[in-house]
Amino acid sequence: MEISNIELELSPEPELALLNDTSQINTLENEAIYIFREVAAQFEKPVLLFSGGKDSITLVRLAQKAFWPAKIPFPLMHIDTGHNFPETIAFRDKLVAELGLELIVRNVQDSIDQGKVKEESGRYSSRNSLQTTTLLDAIEEFKFDACIGGARRDEEKARAKERIFSVRDDFGQWDERNQRPELFDMLNGQIELGQNVRVFPISNWTELDVWSYIKEEEMEIPSIYFAHKRKIFLRDGLIWSHSDYVYQEKDEEVLEEMVRFRTVGDMSCTAAVYSEATDIDAVVQEIRDSTISERGARIDDKRSEAAMEKRKQQGYF
Amino acid sequence: MEVLKIATAGSVDDGKSTLIGRLLYDTKSLTTDKLQAIEKTSKQKGYDYLDFSLATDGLVAEREQGITIDVAHIYFSTQKKSYIIADTPGHVEYTRNMVTGASTSQAAIILIDARKGVIEQTNRHFFINNLLRIKEVVVAINKMDLVDFSEERYNEIKADFQELMGKRDYEDQRITFIPVSALKGDNVVHASEHTAWYKGATLLEHLEGLDLEAVSNMGTPRFPVQYVIRPKTDDFHDFRGFAGKVYGGELSVGDTVVALPSQTKSKIKDIYFYDKKYKKASRRSSVTITLEDEINVSRGDMLVKVGDVPTIGKQFTATVSWMDSQKLTAGNKYIVQHGVNKVLAKVSSIDHKIAPDYSGIDTETVSLGMNDIAQVSFRLNKPIFYDTFKNHRTNGSFILIDTQTNSTVGAGFITTP
Ligand SMILES: Nc1nc2c(ncn2[C@@H]2O[C@H](COP(=O)(O)OP(=O)(O)OP(=O)(O)O)[C@@H](O)[C@H]2O)c(=O)[nH]1
Ligand SMILES: [Mg+2]
Repeated sequence: MEISNIELELSPEPELALLNDTSQINTLENEAIYIFREVAAQFEKPVLLFSGGKDSITLVRLAQKAFWPAKIPFPLMHIDTGHNFPETIAFRDKLVAELGLELIVRNVQDSIDQGKVKEESGRYSSRNSLQTTTLLDAIEEFKFDACIGGARRDEEKARAKERIFSVRDDFGQWDERNQRPELFDMLNGQIELGQNVRVFPISNWTELDVWSYIKEEEMEIPSIYFAHKRKIFLRDGLIWSHSDYVYQEKDEEVLEEMVRFRTVGDMSCTAAVYSEATDIDAVVQEIRDSTISERGARIDDKRSEAAMEKRKQQGYF
Repeated sequence: MEVLKIATAGSVDDGKSTLIGRLLYDTKSLTTDKLQAIEKTSKQKGYDYLDFSLATDGLVAEREQGITIDVAHIYFSTQKKSYIIADTPGHVEYTRNMVTGASTSQAAIILIDARKGVIEQTNRHFFINNLLRIKEVVVAINKMDLVDFSEERYNEIKADFQELMGKRDYEDQRITFIPVSALKGDNVVHASEHTAWYKGATLLEHLEGLDLEAVSNMGTPRFPVQYVIRPKTDDFHDFRGFAGKVYGGELSVGDTVVALPSQTKSKIKDIYFYDKKYKKASRRSSVTITLEDEINVSRGDMLVKVGDVPTIGKQFTATVSWMDSQKLTAGNKYIVQHGVNKVLAKVSSIDHKIAPDYSGIDTETVSLGMNDIAQVSFRLNKPIFYDTFKNHRTNGSFILIDTQTNSTVGAGFITTP
C-alpha cells in the first residue's frame, strides 16, 4: 500500500497558529485518538455505546483511526428503546456489517417485560429514561469496565462538568461533586472491581465541530439528519414526529413539513427542526447560523432545569 | 481556526462565572433557549439584572447556592478563534481546581474584586500560574462599577500586584491589566464609557490578539508508547506499530531513535496517521510509528531522538500540589503516573513547604494537607524517563494516585534529579 501524498506533513499542534477550520478539527481528532488508545490500554473490557446518532458514528470513525490497521478492539453496544427511528436502526446494521464490528443489542422492552421498569404513559411519555436500567444491567452482564460515549461538554450545562474518564460506582452512579481532577492529558483509569468508567473522547467538541468533521471525512449518516418531508404535529413550540410511538392528542393536528433532526434519540424525546438543508454543506451552514442550541430540541431536557443532572446521577449515558 | 484554552482564577464571588457568562452573552454565543432559561431563573430569584453565572453554574447545588462547586468547560468562538474556558470554583479545593485548570491552558485570567484589591489569595493565584508556566496572564480588575470606575483605585491595585511580580521565577510571563465590570459588561467585549482613562484593549480584544505560537511552551520530541498495534491479519502479518502522541518538536521518517528503557537504537521506518503515511509528525499528533528493526517496545516505553535522551532515573524532586484530604507524609507510597507510565513511588522526604501566602518557605514540615504546595523527594521502584518541568511541560509533570482509593491525589512538577 504505497501512498502518494508522502510529502504531506501532519497537522500542526493545537497551540500553534492554525490556518483554517479544518486544523481545529485536527486538534480535536488527535486528542480523541489519544483517548481511545488509553481506553484500550488501561481497561480489560471496554465497550462503545452506539446509538446510531452522529456523535456515536463519529466515535466509530475515530476508533478506526486510532487502531488501524488492526480492527477496533472492542464491541459496540446499542440500548434499543424499541422506539427508534427505523432509519437509524437500518443505518446501524449497515455500518456494523461494513466494518465487520461486533454489535451487542439490549432492549428496553425486555427490562419492561421483566418488570424492572415501568412504561410511562400520557402526554409526555417516553422510554428515554428507562434506558438507564437496561444499560446498567448490560454493563453488569458483560462486566464492562469502560463505556465509551459520545457526550460533549457543550451540549448541556451538567455535561460541561464531566471528566474525560468519569468514574461510576457499583450502582453506576455519578458523584458529580467528588470527581477526579484531570491534569494535562494524563488519564487515571484505576478502578475497583465493580466500578466502571464512562469515557468521553469528544468531550471538547462542539456541535459544529462534529458536523464539520462529518463533512470533511465524507461520513455517511442516517437520512433523518437531512431535510425531508415528514408527518409531524406541534406542541409546546416543538415539532414532534407523528408516529405510533409518540402520544398525540386528538386536537393535535397532523401536518406534513420539511424538517430534519439535529440530534437523534428515541422518537418520543427528539423534536425536529424546520429545515431545507438536504446535504451536508447546507447542514453545516445551518448549524453555523443557528440561534437555538442542539438540546433545545430535546424534549427530555425540557422536563426541568436539572433533568440531565438527575439522569446522569442515576447512571444515564 | 485557532483554539485557545484559558483558565480562570479568583476568590469566591470575584465574578469568574459572571465574567464568562458575560463573554458568552456579548459575543452572542448564548442561544435563544439558553438565554431564556437565564432570564427566567434570574426573574424567579427576584434579581434586577440577568445573572450570567447561571450560564456556567450547571449543577443544582451551584445554582441554589450561587457558587461554583466543580470546574465547567465553556466553549465559544469568534471569527478569529475558538475558545475553551475553564470556569474554576473559588471555594475549598481552590488550589486543586486552579492547578487542574491551568494544566490544560495556555492563558489565564486572574480576577480581583476592585473593592478588596490584592489579597492573600491573589498571591496564590499568581504563584500557581507561575509554577505552571502559563505564558499569558490577564489580571481582570472586576466590579469596577462598585468603585465608581476609579482610575486611582485601579492604579493602586495594579501597583500592589506588580509588587508580587518581583517574586516570580518565570520571567517570560506576560501580564496585562484590564479594568472590567463583568456584571455590567464594561471592557469585557465592548469598551466602557466609564473608563475614558483606560487606553488598553477590552478583554476579548486582548484574547483575540494573542499569538498562539508565542504562548505555547516548546520542548524536544518525546514519544511515549501508548499501545502496540499488531493486526495479525494476512495483509499486515508482520505489522508492529507503536501508537502514541508526539510531545514537543517533531519526528521524521529516517530519524535514528533510542527506545527507553532498553536504550536500543533503531530508525523510524514509517509514520502513519490512520491509513496514510507521512514524512513528519509534529507535536501533539497521535500517530503510529514503525521501526526498521525488530526491537522490544511496549506500553510505557519511550522513543526519543538519539543524542537527546532525557534523564533516566529512580529518584527525583518535584514541586507537589496536594489535592486530597488524606495527608501526604514521608514514607507513604503512591502510584506515580508519568504520561502513560505508571510506577510505584515512595515519598523519601518533604523538603520544604511553601507558605500559603507565598511569602517564604517552611522547613519544619511533617505532612501535606489539601491545597498545600511543597518540594517533595521520591524514590521509584522502576526508572522513568523524565525532563524537568521547566524544560518540558509534559515530560516534566506527573500525577499521584492513591493506592487504596485510586483517586488522583496530587500533581507534581519535576525540579531536579
Ligand atoms: N456589581 C458587580 N457585581 C458583580 C460583578 N461581577 C460579579 N458580580 C456579582 O458577584 C457575585 C459573585 O459572582 P460569581 O460570578 O458567581 O463569582 P465566582 O467568582 O464565579 O464565584 P465562585 O465560583 O463561587 O468562586 C454575584 O452576585 C455577581 O452578580 C461586577 O462586575 N459588578
Ligand atoms: Mg463561579
